[in-house]
Amino acid sequence: MENAEKVEKKYTLYICTGCDIGESLDIEKLKEIADDEFKVPTKTHEFLCNSEGVEMIKNDIANDGVNTVIIAACSPRVNYDTFNFPDVIVERINLREHVVWSHKPNDEDTQMLAEDYIRMGIVKAQKTELPEPYKEEIVKNVLVIGGGITGLTAAIEAANAGYEVVLVEKEAELGGWARKFAKLTPKTPPFRDLTKPDVDEKIKQVMENDKIKVYTSAHVEKISGQPGLFDVTVNQNGNTEEIRIGSIVVAAGWEPYDATKLEHLGFGKYPDVITNVMMEEMTAEGKIVVPSTGKVAKRVAFIQCAGSRDENHLPYCSSVCCRVSLKQALYVRETNPDSQVYIFYKDIRTPGHYEDFYKRVQEDPAVFFTKGEVKGVSQTDGGLVVEVEDTLLGEKIEVETDLVVLATGMVPRLMEYVKKLEKEAEEQAEQTEQTEQTEQTEQTEQTEQTEQTEQTEQTEQADEKLAEALEDFKGILNLTYRQGPELPALKYGFPDSNFICFPYETTRTAIYAAGCIRHPMGVAESEEDATGAALKAVQALELIGRGAATFPRVGDLTYPEFFLQRCTQCKRCTEECPFGALDEDEKGTPKPNPNRCRRCGVCMGACPERIVSFKNYNVDMIGSMVKTIFVPEEDEEKPRIIAFVCENDAYPAFDMAALNRMEWDPNVRIIPVRCLGSFNVVWVADALSRGIDGAILIGCKYGDDYQCHFIKGSELANRRMENVKETLQRLVLEAERVKVVQLPISDYDKIPEIINEFVEEIKEVGPNPYKGF
Amino acid sequence: MRESIPSGPVSGNILVIGGGIAGLSAALEASEAGYDVFVIDRNPYLGGRVAQFYKYFPKLCPPYCGLEILFRRIRSNPKIRFLTMAEVVDVNGEPGAFDVDVKINPRYVDLEKCTACGECAKVCPAERPNDFNYGMDTTKAVYLPHDLAFPMKYVIDDKVCLKQECSKCVEVCKYDAIDLNMESKTIRIKADSIIVATGWKPYDATKLTNLGFGDFPNVITNVMMERLAAFNGPTKGKILRPSDGKEPKSVAFVQCAGSRDENHLPYCSAICCLASMKQATYIREQYPDTKVYIFYIDIRANGRYEDFYTMVQADENVEFIKGKVAKIEENPENQNLVVIAENTLTGEKTKTEVEMVVLATGMQPELSEVKIPLKDLKLDNYGFASFLDIPGIYAAGVAKGPSEVASVVEEATAAALKGIQAAKR
Repeated sequence: MENAEKVEKKYTLYICTGCDIGESLDIEKLKEIADDEFKVPTKTHEFLCNSEGVEMIKNDIANDGVNTVIIAACSPRVNYDTFNFPDVIVERINLREHVVWSHKPNDEDTQMLAEDYIRMGIVKAQKTELPEPYKEEIVKNVLVIGGGITGLTAAIEAANAGYEVVLVEKEAELGGWARKFAKLTPKTPPFRDLTKPDVDEKIKQVMENDKIKVYTSAHVEKISGQPGLFDVTVNQNGNTEEIRIGSIVVAAGWEPYDATKLEHLGFGKYPDVITNVMMEEMTAEGKIVVPSTGKVAKRVAFIQCAGSRDENHLPYCSSVCCRVSLKQALYVRETNPDSQVYIFYKDIRTPGHYEDFYKRVQEDPAVFFTKGEVKGVSQTDGGLVVEVEDTLLGEKIEVETDLVVLATGMVPRLMEYVKKLEKEAEEQAEQTEQTEQTEQTEQTEQTEQTEQTEQTEQTEQADEKLAEALEDFKGILNLTYRQGPELPALKYGFPDSNFICFPYETTRTAIYAAGCIRHPMGVAESEEDATGAALKAVQALELIGRGAATFPRVGDLTYPEFFLQRCTQCKRCTEECPFGALDEDEKGTPKPNPNRCRRCGVCMGACPERIVSFKNYNVDMIGSMVKTIFVPEEDEEKPRIIAFVCENDAYPAFDMAALNRMEWDPNVRIIPVRCLGSFNVVWVADALSRGIDGAILIGCKYGDDYQCHFIKGSELANRRMENVKETLQRLVLEAERVKVVQLPISDYDKIPEIINEFVEEIKEVGPNPYKGF
Repeated sequence: MRESIPSGPVSGNILVIGGGIAGLSAALEASEAGYDVFVIDRNPYLGGRVAQFYKYFPKLCPPYCGLEILFRRIRSNPKIRFLTMAEVVDVNGEPGAFDVDVKINPRYVDLEKCTACGECAKVCPAERPNDFNYGMDTTKAVYLPHDLAFPMKYVIDDKVCLKQECSKCVEVCKYDAIDLNMESKTIRIKADSIIVATGWKPYDATKLTNLGFGDFPNVITNVMMERLAAFNGPTKGKILRPSDGKEPKSVAFVQCAGSRDENHLPYCSAICCLASMKQATYIREQYPDTKVYIFYIDIRANGRYEDFYTMVQADENVEFIKGKVAKIEENPENQNLVVIAENTLTGEKTKTEVEMVVLATGMQPELSEVKIPLKDLKLDNYGFASFLDIPGIYAAGVAKGPSEVASVVEEATAAALKGIQAAKR
């Protein structure tokens, strides 16, 4: 990788002797190492973060041309803006938390630890370059897929923030489900009265807003490209149009659960058993009648959790059905004062302010609430009979009604796609083998074709594959990403985030889900959710426009660079990228899309040829840090162990352990990594070939309840290490020399135990036979 | 440095009042979209109440994880500035041009000089109840609020500090970071819009006279249980009975303690069902043989949280009893508790003796007692800023209405966009 012009680095190491660093270490020895081994001059100060210390550094930068500042002091998590010097490389060496606060002062092993950190810090600075952001001229507009209350709100809010919006709706009319609702549950104090839906107003606002372009009877046929530069094909009534789009909000909504599956509750069998959606539509049309007779309904029973909270149907709760039934109970009571309403429930779920709404309905003596299990619905001459067990009254009861309303749940529109995937999983396996063989023959024929023709062919192939995979289901996004055309679903078909604290973060950059497709919610919540997703969509535009990464490494201006000349088309990076940032051509060569990238480095960790690098983080850098560790002779009985520690949770945990003055074995050197997923197995080879005795990788939790903020980084690391263990055994080295640990940030008290245990395990295994080679 | 107290008036697009999970999320999301944001908090640290939780439901993941990510985003973004020890004393102007006077109470520790080395606390002779642990243990008068304190700086509680009579901390501080003469300072922040994210406090359980809190040592509240389970809590993470420090063999959770109750908090706090189930998992993890009883009215595990309910129900040692608890009595011999409730499914009045009781108390909005002089801010009867239509002023988090973290962050993100729209006009 050649840079246009490499600026020559002028280094200075600044060692702070405050916070007990000076009292606990031989600072002169550290200076010697910087000078003798690296020719780096050192200055010390007893209070470096003070204005005097900072002035000293600023002075050196301004007047002595120092452009690579190495600060050996406290953790980089403190004094972050004190030691922030623009346009200069700044490297922080953590001598305070990771050495002095966590190890014995004036001790030989502690001293050696500090010396290695100085070495590693200098080497890291040597291998760091300032980032040059990837910037392309982008379009700053938002595509909203879905024109229901969520999509309408997202469009209005994004437009009100000054951005252009394209709204695509598959029906001929905007408004979605909310348009069919008679009234809404209250959303403002005193939370007692039903309100009129504001859908029509929003439709008007959208149609009159010249920042919003609306396509009805339309769907998104295809999306290729990357954030800021998406190429979207909109198909409206068979006519296609290509549009350039910046970011996307998916508000494709929901379908009611298929009540025909609830035969035991009489749906499909008896015409007078209807669903909550049908009840709403009937009320909106102006009358609540018994379907079989056409007479006004006098006795209405609501069966809550119909096909919800049920392993055999929808295991989850759809959240809104309790208050929808309360609302519909009021419809019945308001239209017919002689009516009676029964509500059979498992739990009444009216959290927060909705409790006031529940109370309001409870005030009506003609509404009866009964907790119980509804066993069945049957037909008699007089009407319907609902059989309920395990009631509050203690016995089985039978209630006669005219009309039964099943409060069914919501199924996200992505569910169809998820089901298709499940069905096609088997077929795909066979097909892929055949396609690969065909691709290989095509590859040899294509060696002399131009890039353009290659692209067209690839697009055609992508089109074909898409068409095959999604026959009836038109698809929502139809991305031409290698990782698949839609947002990955988390659970039950909802493309939700797995992070409680970061609910909008999907695994596709600049594509956000909102409304009921994300998780079941009511109209008021959908409007708010749409506003939140709109924020994320416009924020993504602003970040990507200046070449910066989005969540979680917000503002990171580096991006992975691929030295494709050495690529062997193994496709590990393209398969393993958690965010679908890498497409590949027919040969299997990765095609990076920097605007899709989250800068985690999983690609860097995956590549066996080590062709991926970031300006300030690369395989050579960490490998060199490993190799600069001083490895004592075997007879000194000082094992050397490296802890590769994830920056996100594990590194702060070490800092907190140190804050509490916990101590851990001084033979362990910490090397922070962006994510365990960026860990390249060559570093194990680097370590072992130098005589280092063991490597422990400490990162975030993986599995169903994963914490890894790059989705599967730590999981990949674990898998790669399993393979490494096999290799080790073949080299007659012990598999125990490498270990992967999941550490939640709150388990910082366990750090001494984890580290010391590993050191014991290594001591038991014995010194690395390659030591001294 | 960004944490320093400004010397003169400052301006930004959005002022966020409250630096808990809602306030921080709103502030960060807006600043990352390119706007200048101020976030202020009256505590000496950012993070609010969630910093005091051990884990979140349903993933049972640590709040410190999300907070660290927020702090990291703050560190790398100069467009977000924050003030701690700060409270709003006056608001003038109007949407698009608010003038907010913010009083910064003295920390007595210089933010630019404190290194958090901890030498001051070693020599300090005075102690204070540790509010981070709900008074269950103490800290010195000069203290670091908690292990992930942001900013990582010490603070002195002037309610117990002996000041000039003592001055031991001043003598021992190598960095001259302590100024016992520090006074409060008022600065003016100009902002286009305001986001109110002032959060909540736990309902005062001493008002629940029938439930024994305050009288019986082994009756605690849900927020106290979070601290017992956490490593930086009063018992280093071991859940122990307050009266004798023993491991409890049985624990009862009383749901809706002072909630859904006209005499206390009439509304539902939305999270206590899930929080108690979460805490049941804490207990069960530490003590495989301990029995847990959950007395409830309705189990509110909305949406996909139902899976969490299913998981906890599958534990044989957790029993769910539908019945409101009428009274709690103490057994004077062993300080066990007797929980008196009506089992509404069977109709019988039950008496259950347990070794420890956790009252699942609700969240009371700060604004119900603390006034912000923001004349256009409308509160409902309970003190929530739940009116949605006030131009230029937006609310997020529990200040708006009770909800769990995921919803709070959604609201905060939406509020950020509203704040940005006001800035654009």
